[in-house]
Amino acid sequence: MTVGNTTTQRPADATATGAAVEIDQVAVRFRTKKKDVTALRDVSLRIEPGEFVSIVGASGCGKSTLLKLVSGLLRPSSGQVRLHGEDVRGPRRDIGYVFQRAALLEWRTARKNILLQAEMRRLPKAQVRQRVDELIAMTGLTGFEDAYPNELSGGMQQRVALCRALLHRPPVLLMDEPFGALDALTREQMNVELRRIWRETGTTVLLVTHSIAEAVYLANRVIVMTPRPGTVAEVIDVDLPVERDYGQTMSEPEFARATGRIRDLLGATTTAE
Amino acid sequence: MAAQSTIEQREPTAPARTPAPAARRRGSAGGGLLRFVQSTWRPAAVLAAIFVAWWAVTAADLVKPYLVPAPGTTLDVVLAQTGYFAHHTWITTYETILGFAIAIVVGVLSAVVMVYSPTVEKSLYPLLLFAQVIPKIAIAPLFIVWLGFGLTPKVVVAVLMAFFPIVISTVTGLKSIDPEMLQLSATMGAGPGQTFRKIRFPAALPHLFSGLKVAATMAVTGAVVGEFVGANEGLGYVILQANGNLDTPTLFAGLLIMSLLGVVLFVVVELLEYFVLPWHASRRTDAATTSL
Ligand SMILES: Nc1ncnc2c1ncn2[C@@H]1O[C@H](COP(=O)(O)OP(=O)(O)O)[C@@H](O)[C@H]1O
Ligand SMILES: [Mg+2]
Repeated sequence: MTVGNTTTQRPADATATGAAVEIDQVAVRFRTKKKDVTALRDVSLRIEPGEFVSIVGASGCGKSTLLKLVSGLLRPSSGQVRLHGEDVRGPRRDIGYVFQRAALLEWRTARKNILLQAEMRRLPKAQVRQRVDELIAMTGLTGFEDAYPNELSGGMQQRVALCRALLHRPPVLLMDEPFGALDALTREQMNVELRRIWRETGTTVLLVTHSIAEAVYLANRVIVMTPRPGTVAEVIDVDLPVERDYGQTMSEPEFARATGRIRDLLGATTTAE
Repeated sequence: MAAQSTIEQREPTAPARTPAPAARRRGSAGGGLLRFVQSTWRPAAVLAAIFVAWWAVTAADLVKPYLVPAPGTTLDVVLAQTGYFAHHTWITTYETILGFAIAIVVGVLSAVVMVYSPTVEKSLYPLLLFAQVIPKIAIAPLFIVWLGFGLTPKVVVAVLMAFFPIVISTVTGLKSIDPEMLQLSATMGAGPGQTFRKIRFPAALPHLFSGLKVAATMAVTGAVVGEFVGANEGLGYVILQANGNLDTPTLFAGLLIMSLLGVVLFVVVELLEYFVLPWHASRRTDAATTSL
C-alpha cells in the first residue's frame, strides 16, 4: 500500500486469495459491574473485496461493536475475525474509520486534519501532498483547505473525516453512522458522493446506518441485525444497477422491494420485543 | 449551521467556492487582539473610578490620613524610595515566578502520570487534596524551620499554592478527549507518544490555561505568605514592617504593588493563551457573539 501510487487501487488485486472481511461464529460479551451484556452472538459474515455492505438494525444491536471487531479495536469473546485472510489481533492500520461525529482536531485546518493520518504513519511529505490535493478535489473541499473545523458545516466536516480515512488508500473503509448528524438534503448529497467515491477508489466499505434508503441506495448487500443478543437476521442482496441516479433509484421496483423487506424485518423485531 | 447547509443545497458539488474562511481566519487573529483591548477598557474604567473615589474620600478629609493615606501620598512614598521598592518587588516577583514555573512542571507531569496510571491516581489524589486543604499560612513556619530564612521556603509555599489548580485542570483536560479520537489514533498506527503529542496534550491546553490563570494569582499569594512568616526582604516584609511602624502610606504602596504583580502575571498568561490557542480564543468569542 504505497501512497505514491496514483492509479486507482483495486483491492481485488491485493487480495486475490479471498474475502476482504471474514467473521466466523463471533460472540462479544461485555462484563460491566451491573450485568453482563451479550452484544453479539453467533455472527458469521463474508465480505468480498470491493463490496459495499450496509448494516442496519435497532440501536444497541451491536453494529458499532461489529465495526470495532473488524478494525481490531475490540477482540471477540469467541470466534474469529479475519481481514484479507489474516487474523485480526489488535488495532489494524490497513483500514479507514469514519465516526458519526467527525472527530476533527479543532486546532488544525481541514488540510492539517487530513494530514494527521500521514503524520501518524510517518509517510513521506512530498508524496502525501499530491494525494491530499486529489482527495480534496474528489470530496469537493476545494477552497476550504485552510478553514478550521468550527468554520465548516457538518457536511464539510464529514468530508474532511472521509479524506482523512482515505488518505492511506485503505482496502477497507469502516463508517459508523457517518451522516447521522446531517440534515436530510446534505445527507442525500453525501450519499451520492460516497457512491461515486466508492466507485472511484474500489475500496471495500462497511457502512452502519439508521436510514433504510441510504443503506439500499449505497450497498450491494444490506445486513439486517436484530438486538438482544445482536445477531444477523437476514442479508439482503440489492439488485440495482451499478450506475445509480439518486431520484431514479428511489423509484425502482427493486428499491421498493429491498427497503420494504428491511422495514418488515426491523418492524418484526420491534413488535416481538 | 443551518445557513451553511442551505448554501450546500443550492450548490451540491461546487468545487470552486470562495476561500472565504481562510481570509476570515486571518482577520480574526488581529481581531482577537482588538477584542482583548476592547474587553480591558471596562475593568480599567472601574479601576479608575475606584481611584477617584479613594482620592475624593481622602481629599474631603472623611477619614484620618494615618488610616487611609491619599493616593498622592502613597505615590510620593514610592517615588521617594524607588530603589527600596524595586528591590523588594523584584524579590517577590522572583519567588513568584520561580514557584509558578516549578508548579507548572511538577503539576503537568503529575497530571500526565495520574491520567495514564489509575493506580498512581488513586494513591496520589487523596494526598493532593490533603496538601490542598492544609492552610498554607499554618505550615509556612515549618518550612522556615526546615529550609531556613532564604528564598527557598517562599518558593516552596508559592509552588504548593499554585500546584493544585494546575494538576486538577490538566487532569480534566487530558481526560476530556473524545474516546473515538483515541481509537482513531490507534487505527492510524500511532504510538502512545504520538497520540499524546498530537492529540491529547493540545486538546488539554484550554483546560490547562484556565488552571494557569488561577495558579498565577495563587503563586503571588504563596510568596507573600512565605515572607509574612519570616523574611528580611520582599513585599510581604515591606508590608509587615510598615504595619509595625503604623506607616500606612508604605503599607498601601506595598499592597498596590503586590496586586499589580498578580494582575500582570494573570494578563501575561492570558496573552500567552491568545497566541498559543488562537483556535480556542476565536471559538470562545464566536460563542459570545451568538449569545448576544
Ligand atoms: N464498552 C462497552 N461496555 C459495556 N457494554 C457495551 C460496551 N460497548 C457496547 N456495549 C453494549 O453492547 C451493545 C451493543 O452496542 P453497540 O455496538 O454500540 O450498538 P449499536 O452501535 O448497534 O447501537 C449495547 O447493549 C451496548 O450497551
Ligand atoms: Mg453505534
